[in-house]
Amino acid sequence: MNRTLLLAALFLAAAPLAAQAQSADPNLGRMLASNCANCHGTNGASVGGMPGLAGRPRAEMLQMLREYRDGKRPATIMHQLAKGYSDAQLEAVSAFLSAQKPN
Amino acid sequence: MTNRRKFLQGSGAALIGSAVSSILPGCAGAPELRKPIGRVMIIGAGYGGQTAAKYLRMWSAGSIEVMLVDREPTFISCPMSNLVIGGSRTLAEITRSRNRLKEYGVQLLTDEVTAVDHAKKIVKFKDRYADMGYDRLIVSPGVDLMYEALPGMKSPNAQSQVLHAWKAGPQTVALRKQLESMPGNGVFVISIPLAPYRCPPGPYERVCQVAHYFKQAKPKARIIVLDANENITSKGPLFRAAWNQLYKGMIEYRPNAEVKDVDVRGKTLKTDFDSIKGDVLNVLPPMRAADIARSTGLINANNRWCGVDWLSMESTAVPGVHVLGDATLSAPAMPKSGHLANQHGKLAAAAIIEIMNGRQPNQAPVIANTCYSFVSDKEVIHVSSVHQYDAKQKTLVTVPGAGGVSAQRNEIEGAYGWAWAQNIWSDMLG
Repeated sequence: MNRTLLLAALFLAAAPLAAQAQSADPNLGRMLASNCANCHGTNGASVGGMPGLAGRPRAEMLQMLREYRDGKRPATIMHQLAKGYSDAQLEAVSAFLSAQKPN
Repeated sequence: MTNRRKFLQGSGAALIGSAVSSILPGCAGAPELRKPIGRVMIIGAGYGGQTAAKYLRMWSAGSIEVMLVDREPTFISCPMSNLVIGGSRTLAEITRSRNRLKEYGVQLLTDEVTAVDHAKKIVKFKDRYADMGYDRLIVSPGVDLMYEALPGMKSPNAQSQVLHAWKAGPQTVALRKQLESMPGNGVFVISIPLAPYRCPPGPYERVCQVAHYFKQAKPKARIIVLDANENITSKGPLFRAAWNQLYKGMIEYRPNAEVKDVDVRGKTLKTDFDSIKGDVLNVLPPMRAADIARSTGLINANNRWCGVDWLSMESTAVPGVHVLGDATLSAPAMPKSGHLANQHGKLAAAAIIEIMNGRQPNQAPVIANTCYSFVSDKEVIHVSSVHQYDAKQKTLVTVPGAGGVSAQRNEIEGAYGWAWAQNIWSDMLG
């Protein structure tokens, strides 16, 4: 728990980077999160059977996505999908989903 | 022509007011009470059209009026429909109401569009509604079947006996009943058209589902697969492993076997070289964008598919019209799947909102595909891909190194496959 909080705090310090990544398209995070919605629910609010993403700590989600991308975290499919996105895109989608309300 | 009983065109202030003041569940921020900036008419309420309808309302905060037209009052999913044929799910379990879309302010019209006047931006209906105007049009019509390629299948009578079951609904249940009535030592023959067709892995999943049923109920029955393609078109090694290990000796696969005609009475399929007799025939004819796409002038590729600008899904044939889903001329390595039709719907919704607000659509869209196939009632294999826009090629291209297939069939993804369905149905329908 403490570790998560620490990561979250560290990430907040890096927030301007994420903001910069989004500046190209103000709706970047929203658009990317709609790709997650097919399996994880609209705006990450799962209706069941898949982990919900809405409201999860941004740093935790970003770390998971990077680990999937880098093959450091076992998965059935996420290790394949995460490789399709740039680091800036992973940052933007984590930021957007963390701000959503879970079911 | 206009029937007096037809509903009045939705031009009344009350209608617009009711649409805008509706609650938008799950939407960040309350809907704004203001005059709509325009109306989007959506023809076809499947994976593409339903998604576009919900996301247009949600992402525009209710500022765009959305009308969604379909002949059928309820939604029946093609993905998962092979499980009804296999017997592990019912049609009721893959059927969903569209009523929650009303809470998003989507206006649902059950009718058939007979014509579109592109110049006047007016849609004409068959039964209930008077002519209706729009600012932008979305056509998400799915596919129709090219029976003209199979002379013996031209009559409605032939089509009612030799089924496709490639549009989920009555034919799905009817094919299941044919299999149940088949003799215990009977032969099921399925034919697969040359790609591209709707849902590349679908026919091979169906073979698994029929085999799964035979294994339980008719272990002496056999399956013959006549594939016009030179090999299994999706997840080949995984399907072959399932056939060899789960259904050993039951399935005969014949590549390069394009069916050219059907003798319905003789229950025989004909290729250039062979006649193959069966007890239950399941013919998947070649496919093209559905009739409404043809009659509205949207088909401009090989006389079969609708070209689109992948930044907006806007038709390359008719400005102001967006085409979604299986009817599109696919981008490179992009399968015709329900999952991607949903993604097309979001891409189009975002672009239309920008265009109607006088802004440029996002110039770097990215969409993804995930497709789960059930090789038994519990075990699943997947294929996935990510498609980013390439400005030089002016199309969506798969990201090298991303995507792939399951390492092997497994039950974990069996649970995920069904959960995918619940979540994507909810993503479309609220």
